[in-house]
Amino acid sequence: MNTLPYKEQWFGNIRGDILAGIVVALALIPEAIAFSIIAGVDPMVGLYASFSIAVVISFVGGRPAMISAATGAMALAMVLLVRDHGLDYLLAATVLTGVLQLIFGLLKVARFMKFIPRAVMIGFVNSLAILIFMAQVPFIFGVNAITYVFVGITLAIVYILPRFFTAIPAPLIAILVLTGVVMYSGMDMQNVGSLGTISQTLPSFFIPNVPFNFETLQIIFPTALALSIIGLLESLLTASILDDATETGSDKNQEARGQGIANIITGFFGGMAGCAMIGQSGINVRSGGRGRLSTFTAGVFLMFLIIVLGNWVVQIPMPVLAGIMVMVCIGTFDWGSFKYLATAPKSDAIVMLLTVVVVVYTHDLSKGVFAGVILSTILFAAKISKVEVRKEGLESNASNRYNIHGQLFFASSQDFVSAFDKVEASEGIVLDFSDATVWDDSGVGAIDRVMNKLQAQGQTVEITGLNASSQKLVDKLATYGTAGKSTH
Amino acid sequence: MYEKILVAADGSDHSKRAAHEAVKMAKANPQAFITLLYVIDYEKARTEILHGQSSDEVHLERKKHLMPLEEIFRSAGVDFETKTLHGVPGPTIVKHANETGYDVVLIGSRGLNALQEMVLGSVSHKVAKRVQAPVIIVK
Repeated sequence: MNTLPYKEQWFGNIRGDILAGIVVALALIPEAIAFSIIAGVDPMVGLYASFSIAVVISFVGGRPAMISAATGAMALAMVLLVRDHGLDYLLAATVLTGVLQLIFGLLKVARFMKFIPRAVMIGFVNSLAILIFMAQVPFIFGVNAITYVFVGITLAIVYILPRFFTAIPAPLIAILVLTGVVMYSGMDMQNVGSLGTISQTLPSFFIPNVPFNFETLQIIFPTALALSIIGLLESLLTASILDDATETGSDKNQEARGQGIANIITGFFGGMAGCAMIGQSGINVRSGGRGRLSTFTAGVFLMFLIIVLGNWVVQIPMPVLAGIMVMVCIGTFDWGSFKYLATAPKSDAIVMLLTVVVVVYTHDLSKGVFAGVILSTILFAAKISKVEVRKEGLESNASNRYNIHGQLFFASSQDFVSAFDKVEASEGIVLDFSDATVWDDSGVGAIDRVMNKLQAQGQTVEITGLNASSQKLVDKLATYGTAGKSTH
Repeated sequence: MYEKILVAADGSDHSKRAAHEAVKMAKANPQAFITLLYVIDYEKARTEILHGQSSDEVHLERKKHLMPLEEIFRSAGVDFETKTLHGVPGPTIVKHANETGYDVVLIGSRGLNALQEMVLGSVSHKVAKRVQAPVIIVK
């Protein structure tokens, strides 16, 4: 897929980009507020972050039309840091997250993405959806009867209205209508204002108020590392989806560096760390956004709305916001997972479930990803370490030709050796390696042991079918008699 | 006689029946040429990328989706081509059909997902309303 020139990435689709950017800005506001509430900070921290990240990434990102802002995945990973140490440490961690991502980008981390199994990525999005939903539970359940009614009406509006009318995003209509109802009727209901304040000012530059010492680094580093990994995972996954959906290419390493730069700047402007958003990027693309201008517009228009409408934003009732977030969860969850659990190999299904369980238990997406990657590595090693030694033809016939199938390396060498335990003494044994590959010293060592054992029994053994790389390894390392060595 | 025939498909049973109807039309005219159009929306792309370990695997999965339909045309011996476009299914089909100019457009009455249809409205309805050529909805 080809990448457009930079100028084209900005101005190739001006009308479509501006319109889509406006739609995205409207959709971003409730999410930015809700994610701030999840993280335990003022709504402004998420709103400033969304503005700053979107604007910065529109210049330095590698994937045009991708929307990056404050996200749920990142918000969830910062909860403990905010609770125990406060906002300034979060801002410092945001800057450090950016620095780490910038380093990862410079180290061209994108190529390692292919090592993350899809089972882990499916587990990632599913547990993200589950955690965001769990964060909404206190605002929905057990509050009072009218809360259920508001959540219900919100869900009805966001799911049914788009069937008939799509010019204005349905969540915005839900917010406008229901906020109006609450304000007009003077109903007493928890709103955004009761959880924080909205200041109608532009973000300004300041250095987070933390002591610059090793202790601070110790506090923020684990969070920053988790944030940087989560952010890159979600951003690079989103970039791949956008590449496909828009049939254009992108520079993943530039995107990784861009995410880093965006987070560094955002931390200095009072915003929380963020990353790309699968859902919002989808809204952008579906609304006709294709270029960098769409992301830029989304950020600027969001800030404009907050400055103009800040007084009204605090009036948004929490049940409405929670209802919208339930919609976000339903959109985030991978509903194909159920079919996947039934049809995918058992090991993949287990990896997916483990990822979800670890995340839901620890509330940390990065831990789930680690657990999933480690388990799938072990399962993969277990799977390919099956080496089979089969005697050709019927058991009873005179052939002494043994076919070896599989990968011969440290994990399978033991099985290989013990497969020859019960070889009866007979003349002219042939070991056929046509369907096998020898990978390391252990593999050669295993061949060595088998050869030594058989030769000690006074048998002539011939090795055939080694592929070039295996032959090289055997030639270099094997110690058994030269009889079996060159057999091409 | 219909010459340029568009079949908008999603791999569902309805779209297979639409393909069979298209074959009947094509058989009546030796010049007939069928275009099989497959539209991948953002949601579908998201699911496929998430479930595919590499872009090659995604590519293969998509091929598998279309194979039964291509087989219908191939076994009937009619000329056809396959086109894959990205976008929101309804508008993308409409745009492609109107820009290319077909003699007739066939589409299955319902897609793969009943819930999605309830939420997004039916693609076939949009296509019938906005495509300039005659549209046949096959149930």
